[in-house]
Amino acid sequence: MKFLRRFFIRLSNFASGRRADQRLREELAEHLAFQTDENVRAGMPPAEARRQAVLKLGAAEAIREDHHAEQSLPFVENLFQDLRFAVRMLRRSPGFSLIAIAIVALGIGATTAIYSVIDATLLHPLPYPHPSELVRIEANLPGVGAHDVGISIPELKDLQNSGIFQYVSLAFFGTDTLTGNTQPTRIAGKSVTPAYFAVLGVDAQLGRTFDPHDTTPGFNNELVISDGLWKRAFGGDPQILGKILRIDNDPARVVGVMPAGFRDQGQTPEEVGTELWAAGGFADDPAPPPMRGTRFPFVAIARLQPGLSPAAAQAHLDALVDSLKKQYPADYPPQAAWTVHLTPLAETLVGNVRQSLILLFGAVGLVLLISCVNVANLLLARASARGHEMAVRQALGAARMRLVRQLFTESLLLFVLGGITGFVVLFCAQKFLLQFVPETLPRLNDISIGWGVLAFAIVVSVVAGTIFGLAPAWLTSRLYLTATLRQEGRGSNGSRRRSRLRHVLVIGELALSLVLMIAAGLLLRSFYDLFNVQPGFNPTRVMAIETSLPNPNDPNTDIYRTATQEGVLLREVLRRNRTIPGVEETAVSDRAAIPLGHGQSDRRMTPLIREGLEAQSSQPPLIDTLIVSPEYFHLLDMTLLRGRLFVDQDLEDTPLTAVINEAAARTYWPNENPVGKRVDLGDHSGRAKPDWTTIVGVIADARTESLADASIPQMYLDIYQRPFKFLALYLRGQVDPATIAAQVRAQVQAVDPNLPVFHAETLDDVLASSLSVRRFSMEMVALFAGTALLLAGLGIYGTISYLVNEQRREIAIRLALGAQRRDILRMVLHQGLTLAAAGAVLGLAGALVVSHLMSGLLFGVAPTDLLTFAGVTLVLTTVALAASYIPALRAMRLDPNTMLHSE
Amino acid sequence: MKDKPDVLQGTLALMVLKTLDVLGSQHGYGIARRIEQISGDILVLNQGSLYPLLLKLEHEGSIVSERGTSDNNRRARFYRITAAGRKQLQTETSDWERTAQIIERFFNVKAEELP
Repeated sequence: MKFLRRFFIRLSNFASGRRADQRLREELAEHLAFQTDENVRAGMPPAEARRQAVLKLGAAEAIREDHHAEQSLPFVENLFQDLRFAVRMLRRSPGFSLIAIAIVALGIGATTAIYSVIDATLLHPLPYPHPSELVRIEANLPGVGAHDVGISIPELKDLQNSGIFQYVSLAFFGTDTLTGNTQPTRIAGKSVTPAYFAVLGVDAQLGRTFDPHDTTPGFNNELVISDGLWKRAFGGDPQILGKILRIDNDPARVVGVMPAGFRDQGQTPEEVGTELWAAGGFADDPAPPPMRGTRFPFVAIARLQPGLSPAAAQAHLDALVDSLKKQYPADYPPQAAWTVHLTPLAETLVGNVRQSLILLFGAVGLVLLISCVNVANLLLARASARGHEMAVRQALGAARMRLVRQLFTESLLLFVLGGITGFVVLFCAQKFLLQFVPETLPRLNDISIGWGVLAFAIVVSVVAGTIFGLAPAWLTSRLYLTATLRQEGRGSNGSRRRSRLRHVLVIGELALSLVLMIAAGLLLRSFYDLFNVQPGFNPTRVMAIETSLPNPNDPNTDIYRTATQEGVLLREVLRRNRTIPGVEETAVSDRAAIPLGHGQSDRRMTPLIREGLEAQSSQPPLIDTLIVSPEYFHLLDMTLLRGRLFVDQDLEDTPLTAVINEAAARTYWPNENPVGKRVDLGDHSGRAKPDWTTIVGVIADARTESLADASIPQMYLDIYQRPFKFLALYLRGQVDPATIAAQVRAQVQAVDPNLPVFHAETLDDVLASSLSVRRFSMEMVALFAGTALLLAGLGIYGTISYLVNEQRREIAIRLALGAQRRDILRMVLHQGLTLAAAGAVLGLAGALVVSHLMSGLLFGVAPTDLLTFAGVTLVLTTVALAASYIPALRAMRLDPNTMLHSE
Repeated sequence: MKDKPDVLQGTLALMVLKTLDVLGSQHGYGIARRIEQISGDILVLNQGSLYPLLLKLEHEGSIVSERGTSDNNRRARFYRITAAGRKQLQTETSDWERTAQIIERFFNVKAEELP
């Protein structure tokens, strides 16, 4: 404590130091005056009186200095002195300083930019209290190869009563139509069980959220709306509570408005931007009766009991699953092997971009490393220029540590200035840069360049400055005094050490940039392959526009309840749209059938019961199902391989038909002709059992789910036999994407003015945005690799120039002794090539490791792709040679006469 | 000079406080003179070292100072002891006395008195 007290006293002295010193000086002078007076009174002559007084007082300067040393903080004072000196040094060589600061700013700015994305997505994906308690519950049937099969209402109750969770909730994200305003609006909405907000732990800013203990079996007709919707659609009306809104024609009452900063959890920005929540028990209309086997394809999320780790919760849950299986053997047949798995919610939300972001962070980390190495190299180069200065200082008595500290302060200042510059540039350019971030990135809107990011930038610059500033400082201050003073740079031990370190640094730089370039090359090839893959359908000149039919909870108010009723509407809508100028063909499908146009959550998996193969009660395999109109296949240029496509004669009252793709045929009817086989899809609502669907045709595989995946089994059903509410209209032809939405809206609303029309996109755009995260990471890594190459080129140029400079005497002697200029050129280039070769060997080894780590991000190219490896090595070598060529030319043109005379 | 002891570390502060306690307000030169007088010129006071000490004591709150004019019309800084300084003086005086007693006892002890 005493130490601390003294420290604070000293600290305050440090601040008031000048004043204390001033006073001390004053008092000593006064004392002298008194003493002199007295001596004069005692009879001394004035001069002698003063002399005696001074003698008696003692060494005044020493007293002042002692006092100063004792009362202040020499460390801090030295630091300030060093800083002042460092600023002076930086200003004295502005060229060097600007280049070094720019390089550091580049490295740290880029790293900070990527960090800000990672900060928003990976580090803070859940803006809710106690985010570590939030988990996602996923039920799997590994026995039949089915994953994420959903949860049934009785299972939800079991989970809720298990004591493992505080709250459990199901949520289904979709879009709802809000009518009653002038234009029917589509709103991102979620149907949830009432405990949803209790799980998230967020309350309303106005009114309340749903009561988590609400047991209404059907929808409870309560709505919670977002702050955005409240302000946009209702002008922030404070009387909003209790207002009745019509959602898909169902009246419901607003009970709460969420706070302005609230963001929903979800995998896509659309889901994160949910604006409307409706709650229900899903145990009554419109949901089927609550049976154990009736699983909803909803996302189940839960909040663990406080203090319960996910692992412990999983153990409890496994026990629960075992006892349920014993209790209801008919619902959980052993061969299906029902399991329930908990995943931290944060992980599930960023799962698909995590790998890309980590890759980017790795890449940008390498760029930072390279830029730091480059600056260290520059510092070392300057060290030789300052060798004389250091020697003089040492000769004058500066301690080695003192010199190290001062040099270190200089490099640290460089790095911190660079870091701050990088941050400032990033801060000013954030709007511009955010355009390049793909929109499919979850939490895109939460990316911000704030205090946390600034702290990151500063910490990184200090750490980098410490690591890369210390070694040059150490080596710069290491001198053999006499040798250096006599002539700096001629074979003194210190400079040899420095050039060895410079070689190591350049080799490291080359190796790192090779790694980055190979990573970029592999990603580029993957992307190129993916972009040029034959998708199996033709997206050009096709527009997809979404619409949706009202989906009221009371089926009796649904005017499009049956396939026949909906069919009338659809045929009329398609006919009218064909009249739009430029449109050649039209088709309609469910939303999930938009090629590449949706996330995983939209995928509809249907149980596939093959006639004679699966019994009704067993757990059948699940197949990806798409509902389309007959024109869909022709519009998208999909190839029929066997049988037939849908025809206009396939209607509600004719036998149900299905078309499958080759992958489905291969998977479920290997070595058989699937045409004519019958399947039951388990949708028996309102129909007699068993309800067989006949497979009428097989089409070639099309990459409509994912460009990277050729063979996902798919089954197409006829929309005129199976009505669906969330629809996509397709138009092929020469249309203007800007005005088409309005034209289609006019045509659709001429048939039914309550139908919303939204989200018009060309399929080419859809395709491009399905690749957006890949494209983003590819572009970024390529950008980083380019930067790395540039920096490595600069590094090797600097080093070779330096070598040439050091060897100029040797070169001059060689020339004088008759060496050919060509030989000199070759000698210098050889030095550059040696460095490049060493860097390439190291880099290739590193690249092999990295490329295997990122194999999950590659498509159609092996992690050891020879072409990429060889090509990149060639590029690097070329750059190294080019960078060595300029100093080599200089060496070649050296005039031995002038050179040897000047020394 | 060897025969005159230097002022012991820490004792100078005590002397300053005591002087100010007895004399009331006093300037630096006066304090120095007074200490030399009382110690009967046995003690060599490096007068300069007094001033850093005064600064330190003032910083610690034992004394306060203000500018004023001396008897012979010279500008000077006058020091005065504070309540805290008096308290410090008291504790340090008793500490000293105790230490002195103990030391004295050690000096007076004779071999045969030891058990």
